Amino acid sequence: MRKILATLIAIASLGYSSAFAGTLVINTDTSDPAPKAAFEWIINKFEEENPDVTVEWNLFDHEGYKQSIRNFLNTNPPDVANWYAGNRMLPFVRAGLFEDVSDIWADSGWVDGNLTENMEHAKKSMTIGGKQWGIPYTYYQWGVYYRKDLFTMNGISVPKTWDEFVAACATLKEAGITPITIGSKYLWTTAGVFDYLNLRTNGYEFHMDLTLGKVPYTDPKVQAVFDKWDELVKPGYFLENHAALSWQEALAPMVNGEAAMYVMGNFAVAPLKEAGLSDSNLGFFQFPEITPGIPMAEEAPTDTVHIPSMAKNKTDAKRFLIFMSRADVQEEVNKMLGQLPINSKSGVKKGDPFLAAGLDMLNNAYAMAQFYDRDAPAEMASEGMKGFQEYMSNPDRRQKILERLEKVRQRVYK
Amino acid sequence: MSQAASSISTRTIRQSSWWKRHQQKLTPIIFLTPGLLFFVVYVIWPILSSLTISLYQWDGLSPKTFIGLENYIMLFDDEYFYVALWNNVKWLVCFMLAVPVGLGLAIFLNQTIFGIRVVKSLFFFPFVISQVVIGLIFTWFYRPDYGAIAPFLNFIGLEGWSILADEDYATYGIIFAGLYPQIAYCMILYLTGLNNINSDQIEAGRMDGAKSFSLFWNIVLPQLRPATFLAIVVTVIGALRSFDMVAIMTQGGPWGSTNVLAYYMFEQALSEYGYRMGYGSAIAAILFTIMMFYIVFFIYRMYQNEKKGL
Amino acid sequence: MFPTPIQKRPFFNQVSYKILVPFSLAIWLVPLAGIMMTSIRGLGDITAGNLWGTPSEFLFFSNMADVFQNTPMLSYIINSFKITIPTMIGAVALSCMTGFALAAYKFKANLFIFFTFIAGNFVPFQILMIPVRDLTFQMGLYDTITGLVLFHVAFQTGFCTLFMRNFIKALPHELLEAARIDGTSEFNIFLKIVLPLTRPAIAALCVLIFTFIWNDYFWATVLIQGQHAMPVTAGLKSLNGQWISAYHLLSAGSIMAAIPPVMMFFLMQKHFIAGLTLGASKG
Repeated sequence: MRKILATLIAIASLGYSSAFAGTLVINTDTSDPAPKAAFEWIINKFEEENPDVTVEWNLFDHEGYKQSIRNFLNTNPPDVANWYAGNRMLPFVRAGLFEDVSDIWADSGWVDGNLTENMEHAKKSMTIGGKQWGIPYTYYQWGVYYRKDLFTMNGISVPKTWDEFVAACATLKEAGITPITIGSKYLWTTAGVFDYLNLRTNGYEFHMDLTLGKVPYTDPKVQAVFDKWDELVKPGYFLENHAALSWQEALAPMVNGEAAMYVMGNFAVAPLKEAGLSDSNLGFFQFPEITPGIPMAEEAPTDTVHIPSMAKNKTDAKRFLIFMSRADVQEEVNKMLGQLPINSKSGVKKGDPFLAAGLDMLNNAYAMAQFYDRDAPAEMASEGMKGFQEYMSNPDRRQKILERLEKVRQRVYK
Repeated sequence: MSQAASSISTRTIRQSSWWKRHQQKLTPIIFLTPGLLFFVVYVIWPILSSLTISLYQWDGLSPKTFIGLENYIMLFDDEYFYVALWNNVKWLVCFMLAVPVGLGLAIFLNQTIFGIRVVKSLFFFPFVISQVVIGLIFTWFYRPDYGAIAPFLNFIGLEGWSILADEDYATYGIIFAGLYPQIAYCMILYLTGLNNINSDQIEAGRMDGAKSFSLFWNIVLPQLRPATFLAIVVTVIGALRSFDMVAIMTQGGPWGSTNVLAYYMFEQALSEYGYRMGYGSAIAAILFTIMMFYIVFFIYRMYQNEKKGL
Repeated sequence: MFPTPIQKRPFFNQVSYKILVPFSLAIWLVPLAGIMMTSIRGLGDITAGNLWGTPSEFLFFSNMADVFQNTPMLSYIINSFKITIPTMIGAVALSCMTGFALAAYKFKANLFIFFTFIAGNFVPFQILMIPVRDLTFQMGLYDTITGLVLFHVAFQTGFCTLFMRNFIKALPHELLEAARIDGTSEFNIFLKIVLPLTRPAIAALCVLIFTFIWNDYFWATVLIQGQHAMPVTAGLKSLNGQWISAYHLLSAGSIMAAIPPVMMFFLMQKHFIAGLTLGASKG
């Protein structure tokens, strides 16, 4: 009897799941060529391995997606949506729009999963309120990209400490070279500099407190960050006119040998090489230490996949998330993206010194920040970055800017 | 059978005569209904709705909270708002240049030489192209390092000066780009105007030995009044709608210094970094109020003309 | 004629005028030449900042091919047509009716309705943005071509009504009176008498609306998100990709985006200018 019942339940549940199986709706913002190709590959492979599932893929424009996700999670939820780690997912988690996927993280019984072991270092950035809300599948490092030949020509070795870094800037400036290039037209590049200055001056925990609105912007520790920033801005170590240039336009002086460094993400390597630089004259180093003894956290924006809580086909959605966590899948995807896999069992593209350096740095990182505009709420981030840009052009307005940001903080985190 | 038929036909006659009696009244209603319905649903109602939303705090996800005039109070304490408002004034004033320059061009081109028609079309060309494209072109134009104006800047000793990164001049840079299609627009209005002026008066003026300028000032310009009026109206509206150029060229930057109300509203209410629907609506309400002055002025003038026409 | 025809001027003036015209035209078109130049470059030139010098490679056709193969430009262009043409038809059809009603009949609210249309036409978009977006949402038409078209039709009806009403008003009123005395029904007056006479106005409006809607950027950003429905203006902006500002592709795309309205303009120039300048010659 019990056996029969079990069979019945099995059949019923089969019927149940097959009623929902069939189509898996996936929304992504991977509109750029490489991410688009990667997701094409992912979907083909997933369908190949799961012949009972047909994937319906809605490809959104990368920029527009940030708005559309707010709409479709409520009105027309897919079964899987991609998004970002850290506080960027907080509003959706809070509004109950993302499904808790802690079971995927906890259960090591999944085929090839074993997330507890293989992705432990990324768990923190997927955790809110003790639960995990998605699966990360790719990230990339930030740091300082530099012209090796310009360094050699001026007798500079890779700076490890702040003093060495400032000294290197001074030498370069002396030689008529812009020490650091930056294009701040779209604001976010300034946040890369701010994040690193804060992470190195005050540490990861303080940075998180600040982006979570727990610390006023007028705090002396924030002032300390700007004191360090002053040391670069006031002598004119950054590219002039940065506010008129996009991040990519600011690559030009570096390509032409008029600027030596760029605080950037690894995606800058491809266009730099396309414009004529090579491994022989382009290098990468970790952002130098400022306050000795503070553990080195890094900036590593992470892309993730989530299940909307109102999804119709959660069974297959989970299969998809597990699939995305697999070492072989992440390895292949990241080769196509030219980025780093989260799963520590995945290999990286051979012969790319930048990826190798990034992997090494991130595997040894104390913690990972997601980037100011992902760690802080959108409204705060937008005002903050506007402020950073204004400060970089007018360092004497620092106090006024910080007071304005404090006003915004009090409103945003109310 | 025949009775039934006749009763039907009387009814038809009665109906049609009822219709005939009233069709003069009913036809305009029938003809107006679809258009008006669309217009009320998509234009009139949204205006009222926006004014209401401006009294709420609302992020578009969660329920609205009524906060009275607080959005407006915040607005008047918001330095970016004043920057945007002041930029709108700059736009209004500088954009007016399109009117005289367009007139000048029209006079310059109002000749009949070989190929002038093609030349006129090519001068008009920028107006046909999307502002998105114009904005992109001018952004490259202004690049401090390799832009088209870089050699000129070097020559006058402003090497490396970037107009779009300079908080004091960036807005003028955008306005200049915006003038490009607007001048074309005004030019075409004036070309048509010039085509229609009364040549007898001009000939008479010439006979009297009037100098070119006084001829222009006393005879031509008054005749161009309708064209001037239209040029001013479209230029004012264009200046207050200056959204596309700002969105493409600077996105309001550097640090908000090129914001105009139209863009600031969008940025606050619907961009990547802000979902302040109520606050955005308050900005829109201010913009709407400013625009209302011109609308009322325009309509008053049209009303005068209508009265004359009757 | 003003100014004095150049033929009546001294020879020197004539010559210098004939030199000055092409010269000023060349200056006027410099920005457009710039975009042509950029569209033939490779990414290497762009990143190295070589925007105005001799292109190191001639890649116009490969850029064009690239735009079509690796970007959704083709579907953006198709979307633009799908948005523009129905809007054109809808707005012109509605406004023929409203214009006729307002021009041919006297009734109390006539001027009030007419002025409402005009006023609405000048309103800043921002005051409509949030409610229109919400409304489109609630109708389930957000991020669809239909949603965008419905709004455009409604908004353009304001301008078109102003245009049609003035045009019909200028037709000889006796024509309508005579038809009425003959017992022609009001519908037939509209269909058989007024509509045929408004053909030039309809043509002018079609060209104008085509250009306006084709070049619309604001509403495309507000009501459309996904590339399945995105028109070419918003598409161009999004070609400014996440990491790669592909200017060479962007300008190749810009040229493609500009072709339809430019064609429309050159083919229908007379109507276009007639439309734009309505009112420039009289009251």
